[in-house]
Amino acid sequence: MSQSYNRGLIEDFGRWKEFKAGMWAWIFHKFTGWMLIGYLFTHIAVLSTSIGAASGDPAMIQAETDVYTTTLQGLEDLFIIRVLEVGLLAVAVFHILNGLRLLMVDLGIGLEAQDKSFYASLILTGVITVASVPTFLSGVGI
Amino acid sequence: MAERYSSFAPGGTAWLLQRITAAFLVVVLAFHFFQLHFVNHAYEVTFLGTQARMQNVGYFLTMVLFLIAGAFHGVNGVYNALVNQGLDGTPKKVVLAVLVIAGGALIVQGIYVALAMAGWT
Repeated sequence: MSQSYNRGLIEDFGRWKEFKAGMWAWIFHKFTGWMLIGYLFTHIAVLSTSIGAASGDPAMIQAETDVYTTTLQGLEDLFIIRVLEVGLLAVAVFHILNGLRLLMVDLGIGLEAQDKSFYASLILTGVITVASVPTFLSGVGI
Repeated sequence: MAERYSSFAPGGTAWLLQRITAAFLVVVLAFHFFQLHFVNHAYEVTFLGTQARMQNVGYFLTMVLFLIAGAFHGVNGVYNALVNQGLDGTPKKVVLAVLVIAGGALIVQGIYVALAMAGWT
């Protein structure tokens, strides 16, 4: 039998100065999750230009002047989009690494090190993000 | 009479699915980023290139499963976040209905997009 109890409202953000590592991990996970699902809706919307490309002139597809190709490459020509992509990578990497940490916590593995694994997630996210910047900014002018 | 013998409390299935989709998404999201930013650069993406990838049935099915897992994981995550925030009663039911419709629409549109990319529409 499972038991539940009313633990009241957890998110009292007014007490943020009292938050410890686990609480920050939880807030960061939630914040990055909101951004990722928001992005997924936007992503599918942009990729929907493939419908127009597929039903359009096949010659334009061969010439790479179809609406899908020009929309994606037009976006990629914008410096701000590249910066946002780096931000998206940071958000996704943190969510993945902290998600692995949460799976471990759910399995009861390494509970005593849950604060350290949060810091490790943050540091590793920073390293991977910084290391990816050259790739994400290649072939674009400011 | 209709007593439940499952070890899961009501709502436990969604809890489990959230973890299963998480484990799947960890791998496929990392692959997706690597594939479209490091192996292929996003600024070099063309319809021809996308179509070549999508016409591989294994890749197509992985992407569709990725979409379904991502949509469920994201929408269920938003719902849980709002419930934790104190969402209850009728607003909770309305929010659930809106999220189910939005998530379903995202999956339907996404599959249509995947079919168009592969040239199977």
